[in-house]
Amino acid sequence: MTAAADRAPPLLQVDHLTMRFGGLVAVDDLSFSARNAQITAIIGPNGAGKTTVFNCLTGFYKPTVGRLCLRPPGGGELLLEQMEGFRIGQHARVARTFQNIRLFPRMSVLENLIVAQHNKLMRASGFTLMGLIGMPVYAAAERKAVELARYWLDRVGLAERANEDAGNLPYGAQRRLEIIRAMCTEPRLLCLDEPAAGLNPRESAELNELLLFIRDQHKIGVLLIEHDMSVVMKISDHVVVLDYGRKISDGTPAAVRADPAVIRAYLGEEEEEALPPEVAKDLGANGRADSGTRPRPS
Amino acid sequence: MAATATVASSPARLPFAGMVKEAAIFALVALALAFPLVGFNILDKGAGSELQTRFPQMFYGVGVLFVGKLAMSLIDAGHARAIAAVSGALALAWFLAALVGVTGTQYQAIAWLTWLVALSVAVRGWVVMRRARGTAAQARDVGAMVNRLALYVGPAFVAVAVAIPFYAYVIDDKRLVDLGILIFTYIMLGWGLNVVVGLAGLLDLGYVAFYAVGAYSYAIISINFGLNFWETLPIAGAMAATFGVLLGFPVLRLRGDYLAIVTLGFGEIIRIILLNWNELSNGPKGIDNIPRPSFFGLQFGSAAPKGTVSFHEFFNIDFSPMHRQIYLYYIIMFLALLTNWFTLRIRKLPIGRAWEALREDETACRALGINPTNTKLTAFAIGAMFGGFAGSFFATRQGFISPESFNFLESAIILSIVVLGGMGSQIGVVVASIVLIGGPEWFRDLEAYRMLAFGGLMVAIMIWRPQGLLAHREPTISLEPLARGKGS
Repeated sequence: MTAAADRAPPLLQVDHLTMRFGGLVAVDDLSFSARNAQITAIIGPNGAGKTTVFNCLTGFYKPTVGRLCLRPPGGGELLLEQMEGFRIGQHARVARTFQNIRLFPRMSVLENLIVAQHNKLMRASGFTLMGLIGMPVYAAAERKAVELARYWLDRVGLAERANEDAGNLPYGAQRRLEIIRAMCTEPRLLCLDEPAAGLNPRESAELNELLLFIRDQHKIGVLLIEHDMSVVMKISDHVVVLDYGRKISDGTPAAVRADPAVIRAYLGEEEEEALPPEVAKDLGANGRADSGTRPRPS
Repeated sequence: MAATATVASSPARLPFAGMVKEAAIFALVALALAFPLVGFNILDKGAGSELQTRFPQMFYGVGVLFVGKLAMSLIDAGHARAIAAVSGALALAWFLAALVGVTGTQYQAIAWLTWLVALSVAVRGWVVMRRARGTAAQARDVGAMVNRLALYVGPAFVAVAVAIPFYAYVIDDKRLVDLGILIFTYIMLGWGLNVVVGLAGLLDLGYVAFYAVGAYSYAIISINFGLNFWETLPIAGAMAATFGVLLGFPVLRLRGDYLAIVTLGFGEIIRIILLNWNELSNGPKGIDNIPRPSFFGLQFGSAAPKGTVSFHEFFNIDFSPMHRQIYLYYIIMFLALLTNWFTLRIRKLPIGRAWEALREDETACRALGINPTNTKLTAFAIGAMFGGFAGSFFATRQGFISPESFNFLESAIILSIVVLGGMGSQIGVVVASIVLIGGPEWFRDLEAYRMLAFGGLMVAIMIWRPQGLLAHREPTISLEPLARGKGS
C-alpha cells in the first residue's frame, strides 16, 4: 500500500451510477472507486441506497445510468452493468453476501462451500459427462475444492460443524459461513452487505479480524456496507457516505467522521445538542484507536 | 380419521362425561354424513332401479366411530397402554378373521371400517406411549435410520425384486408380475420426477406430458421406421428431453404455485394435442399394434412370424404368456435402476449440487455465479428424459396407447409418490410406490370404498409425517478427517 499502489487504476470504478424505480431515485449520480487490497466501506442512514448500489454491482438490478468498471489486477476492463447477473460472479468474480443471510439451509456447511466452487468443478467434471463415468480428473478437482473449503472452515472455526446442515448453525456462524462461501468463489471483489448485523461484540471483533485477514493475505478488494461504526471505523481504509442516494462524503474514516455533512445526515442539523453521549463516546474512542494504527492522507 | 387425529392431538384432559359428550357430537356429525351416503343405496335392476335402505350398517358404522373416538380421548387421558392393547388385539383378531373369511362378504365395507378404526386407535395409542417414553426424536429420524440401512436395504430389495418373477412363474401368478411391472413403472417415474421436484425444487404438475411424449415417440418411430425397442428408446428419451427444455424456457422465471399451474397446463396441452392431431396420433382412437420388445431378436409370440424363431422354440420350452411379462418386468427394473444409479451419481456432481442449491435459494445461486437458466433446463431435460423412457416402456408393454392414459390423474399420482416418499429420497419413492400403487390393489376387496381408504391413508400420512415417509437428506460430501482437524 504505497503511493504507487494508490496511483494504479482502482479495482472498481463506479461512474455516475443512477438507479430509478419509477419516480423514486434510489441512487443518484454516484461516483466512487474501490482499490485492490483495501476495505472500502459504504455507510449511510437507512434507505440511503447502499444495498441498491450492491444490487447494481452484482447484477441484480440493471442501473438506469452509469458505468461500473472492474479492472482485474492482471489487466483488462469488465463493464459490470453490461453483464448478465450470474456472469458477474462467474467471469468478473465479484462475490457478495446478503443483508438477510442467504445460505442453502438444508445442505451441509461443506456442501455450501462446494456449491460456491460450481463453475470450476463443472469444467473439471467435463460438464457432468466425465464426472458421470467417474474420470479421475473430477475426483482430483473435488479434493482440491474440499481443501479450499477446509482452509476457510479452519480460518473461521467451523471445521467441526462441516457436516451439519447450514440452517442449524447459530446466527453468528451463519454470517461467517456466508462470507467464506463468497470467498470460496475466489473473488476479486468481495461485497459484504451488513456482515456485522446481529453479531455480539466478540463475534464482531472476530469478523474484523477475518476481514483484515482477507484484505492482507488474499489482497482482494472488499466493499462493505455497515451500520456498526466500531467495524467501519476500525477496519476500513476508505469510507463513502451516502444519503438519499447521493454521495455526501468520501475519504479516510477520520476525515469522514469530521465531515459536518456526515454528522448532519446522521444526527440532524443541531450537531451539538443532538449528539447522544454514548455515540459521542463511541466515535471518539474509535477515532483514537483508528488514527493510531492507520494514518492515511486522502 | 383426519378429524379424530387433529382433535385428539390437543392435550385437553376431559372428564369421562365430557369425553362421551365429545364422542357423541362426533358420532352425530358422522351420522349426518352417513345418512345420505350409507343409509340409502340405489340398486340397478335392469329395468328401472330400486331404493334400498341400509340403516343397520349405517348405525353400526356410526357406533364404531363413536367407540373409536372415545378410545382416542381415553388415550389422551392417560390410558394409552390399555387402549392400545385392546384395540390392537381387536384389529389383529379382525384381520385374522378376514383372512380365513369368517366375516363373510356381505358387509365388506363395514368390516374394513371396523378394522381401520381399531388399527388407527392402536397406532395412536402406540405413538402416545412412545412419546411418553421420550423416544419421539428417534421416531422422527426413521428416515435417517433407513438411510443408514440403505446399504443393506437396497441390495436386499433388488434381490427380492429379481426373485419375484421366478416365484410368480412357479406359482403361475400372472397378476403378481403385472403388479410388479406397474409398481416399477411408477418407481421409475417417481425417480425421474424426483430430479425435478425433489432435487431442483421445481414443482411440476405436468410430468405425464413427458411420459406421453415418450410413449407416442416410441409408437410412431417403431411403427414407421421399424426400429426395435432398444434402438427407439434413446430417441424417445431425447424427444422427451427436448420437450422438457421446451417447457423449461417459458417457465424459467416462475416459481412455486405459478410454475405448478403452467406445468399443469403444459400436461393438458400435450394431451389435447394428442387427442386432436389425428394425422400424427390417430386421435382418441389411439395407436394400436405397437411392436413388442424382442429378446435378442427372439419374439415372444405363440407362433413366430415366418423365418424367425420365437423365444419358447429357441429354448425348447412350452409357450407361456408369462415369458414376455417376465422379460418386460426385467426391462423396467433395469430402466428404473438405471434412473436410480444416474440420480445417485449426479447428486454428487456439481450439476446435482447446483440443483439442490437452486431449490434452497435461487438468488444466492446467481450471486455465486451459477447459471440458473442452464441449471433449471438440465433438470427439466433429465427429468423429462426418464419420463420418456418410462413412456416408451409403457407403449411397448401395452401394445396400445391413447390420450386417455395420460391425464392429469397420472401426474398427480406420480407427484404424490414423490411427496409422500419424502422429497429427494430415493428409497422413499420405492416405499411410496409400493404403498400407493400396490395399496389400491390390496384394497381391491373394498370395491367402491377403495379410493376412500386410499384417500384416508394419504391424509393420515400427511398428518403424521408431513415431510414425507422417509424425508432425510444425507450430505453428498463430508469432511472426513475431522479428528485430525481437532488435534492439530
